[in-house]
Amino acid sequence: MRRETFVNIAALAALFVLPVWANATGETYWVTLTTKVVILAIAGVGLNLALGLGGLVSFGHAAFFGVGGYVMGILASHLQDYVPLLTWPFLFEGSNQMPVIWLVALVFGALTALSIGLLSLRTSGVYFIMITLAFGQMLFYFAISWPAYGGEDGLSIYVRNEFPGLNTLVPIEFYGLCLTVLVAVLFLVWRISLSSFGLALGAARQNAERLQAVGIEPFRIRLTAFVISGAITALAGAMYADLNRFVSPNMFSWQTSGEIMVFVILGGVGRLFGPVLGAALFILMEHILGGMSEFWHIYLGFVLLGVVLFARGGLMGLLAGREVSHD
Amino acid sequence: MTEVVLGINGISKAYGALQANNDITLDLRAGEIHALIGPNGAGKSTFIKQVSGAEQPDQGAVTLLGDDITPLGAVARAQKGLGRTFQISSLAMEYTVLQNVVLGAMGRRGRVMRFFAPVLKDAALLNAAMRALERVGLQDVAHVETAVLSHGQRRQLEVAVALTLEPKVFLMDEPMAGLGAEGSQDLIRVLDALRHEAPILLVEHDMDAVFALADRISVLVYGQIIATGAPEDIRHNADVRTAYLGDDA
Amino acid sequence: MPTYLIVEQLLNGLQFGVMLFLSAAGLTLIFGVMGLINLAHGSLYMIGAFAAAAVAGATGSFVMALAASLAAAAAAGALVEILVIRRLYDRDHLDQVLATFALILIFSEGTRWMFGSFPLFLDVPSYLSGPVTLPGGIQYPLYRLTIIGIGLAIAAGLFLLIARTRIGIRIRAGEADREMIAALGVDISKLYTLVFALGAALAGLSGALVGAIQSVQVGMGEPVLILAFVVIVIGGIGSIKGALVGSLLVGLTDTFGRILLPVAFGTFMEPSAANSVGAALASMSIYLLMAVVLIVRPTGLYGRA
Repeated sequence: MRRETFVNIAALAALFVLPVWANATGETYWVTLTTKVVILAIAGVGLNLALGLGGLVSFGHAAFFGVGGYVMGILASHLQDYVPLLTWPFLFEGSNQMPVIWLVALVFGALTALSIGLLSLRTSGVYFIMITLAFGQMLFYFAISWPAYGGEDGLSIYVRNEFPGLNTLVPIEFYGLCLTVLVAVLFLVWRISLSSFGLALGAARQNAERLQAVGIEPFRIRLTAFVISGAITALAGAMYADLNRFVSPNMFSWQTSGEIMVFVILGGVGRLFGPVLGAALFILMEHILGGMSEFWHIYLGFVLLGVVLFARGGLMGLLAGREVSHD
Repeated sequence: MTEVVLGINGISKAYGALQANNDITLDLRAGEIHALIGPNGAGKSTFIKQVSGAEQPDQGAVTLLGDDITPLGAVARAQKGLGRTFQISSLAMEYTVLQNVVLGAMGRRGRVMRFFAPVLKDAALLNAAMRALERVGLQDVAHVETAVLSHGQRRQLEVAVALTLEPKVFLMDEPMAGLGAEGSQDLIRVLDALRHEAPILLVEHDMDAVFALADRISVLVYGQIIATGAPEDIRHNADVRTAYLGDDA
Repeated sequence: MPTYLIVEQLLNGLQFGVMLFLSAAGLTLIFGVMGLINLAHGSLYMIGAFAAAAVAGATGSFVMALAASLAAAAAAGALVEILVIRRLYDRDHLDQVLATFALILIFSEGTRWMFGSFPLFLDVPSYLSGPVTLPGGIQYPLYRLTIIGIGLAIAAGLFLLIARTRIGIRIRAGEADREMIAALGVDISKLYTLVFALGAALAGLSGALVGAIQSVQVGMGEPVLILAFVVIVIGGIGSIKGALVGSLLVGLTDTFGRILLPVAFGTFMEPSAANSVGAALASMSIYLLMAVVLIVRPTGLYGRA
């Protein structure tokens, strides 16, 4: 078995076993912490599709994360406040059902990514980085200055939304749900990476001229990848908002974009489980270093700097070696 | 007269004051290898860009099997049946050799937007890809990462990817560049057999290869075609001798 | 809308744009010459502001404070270039983004650790405070007028530096072909450190100048950084002229958007709704400007294709 496969299985096993054990021993705090890891990992897996496979260095994935968050906030708050969201063309009172919220989050995440992608993918390189960052910031300021949904203060939801057949208020049940979504998303991205589309996407990253010469338009491929990536990250945003029962413009901030990118890079760019390892490492550092010092971001900064300068390939690179091409 | 597959009708291209291509007309007929030669700076790269669709000519037209393809970009021309190779190997270096040819076969087939079925388990694509590799003799390194191939093998892979496209016409930009004597001989054999599938417009520096392969040769000097003809005619053409050798003989 | 209000807003937009230019110029220069995308540029802006506030607090001299902002930001820039940035020139943009993101974390938290989380205040000196009366009887704060002047003077100086001096020629040559000028015996790594320190100093100065109007606090630099990115995308990467035009466009669009959009919506909506819709759209106006430029010219107004 390839070492990377072994690492992936070990990571998955840990995600299955550790929270159950923590729950059994009454350490529900750790269950919630792992839930956070799993949801952030989903956001990272979304970005990794664009960044790792497609080479699209998006510094604006907070836009999608925030859109997902606000989809959850808006749908749930309307129901909670008994103010219908739509009265025309049909009555829609909002929703507290996760499947509905997730579906809407996926759709709006995809639409947001389509609009941003159509503009920003006309450019490449640093332009792309700066433009995605700028569009993320645009939504951030929009969320702050739009008063209907809490403006700067954000929106609170009093009770976590529901999922048919589960009691989402029980931490381990909500965790199981989130883990299922993560596994589904990982499976999807894994299949995409092996598909025709995935082969073309990787070629678009390595050599767009080659892709054109075989009659495939790189722009379409990149845009599609960007849309899927945005939709996945929006789904994570909706789940993250549900975890906290709170959304705020902060989900749109450039720091959020940076952190999602950090999960990917800490874990290993372009590696299927990279974002999972990265998110786990990040939350662990936040927990441990944050407990030692209020200024733990300094240490995080030095760790990141070390990873970039000396340990390229991230945690997965360290554990499983350089990625080897195989078919 | 045999059918004209690729027609280049009076194309011109200027960059500012530099007239890089000036009213170039030549054609490529079924079953032939037509070589374009010329000294450095004659405008061969510019010419390739106009034919491949990377740039639009200022004037003139490019036709493929009678259809005007001048307004089309590189992607559309490739879909129409123009299979090109690059002067500097342009491959997906992180992919295996097989993945590179499968990419070509995939481009040929279309239907790229498939997200779920593993592409390397698609028998039709794999067969087409392996056939192309066998044609150039790369079947033994199919599962090797492209980045570790030798220069000569990369040149062969360039040709193999073009083969998977099953093009109506080949546009080859110095396929022999940087090959040793032995490598050139291998590739010459491959190209020689290829002309019957689709004609080749061969832009090449290696005169041994050109004279071994070409049915016709056109000579480009200062952006203009100064002569077109059979190899023996070109060899003895006074203008060509002047352009290359500077002698007035 | 009365004329005096329009003139006042015009000046506000100009002031905003000119200060933005000081940050954007360094950023675009660093990208143009070294091919580096530097997210930590906003940190240098912040360092300038904090240095100024600290020195002003200790000495009471605003001029000393400005000198300190230049010196501190230039020193921090040079140090960072030598220790970190230098290793990133040959890396891809992703590495550059991540490493300079890490620098933001270090600088921000380091500053918070040294100065605490509360904003510092840098006061406008008495000789620059208060309004002046402009021709036409319009009253405008002297300090804002002064920093418009300083900004324009620096812009002019920068154009002269690039166009006329030996250093400028080397900077332009470095943009064109770094191997060639290295082959000609120019010490390329010294040149890079110098360019980086120059860009940092400009950002630091603008941090100090703006800090006297707003407050000086951790996190003040990043919004400016992102605006500077918008400016560069509009103006074209590597172009000082583009940075100037882009800065003024962004400054004016933002200022007038905030004033005009609520008024415009007020003509057909009730005032409270018009205010909120107008304000929300105004916050997006510069990004919409950027989107329009991108559609028309993907490489920016003065960018090379």
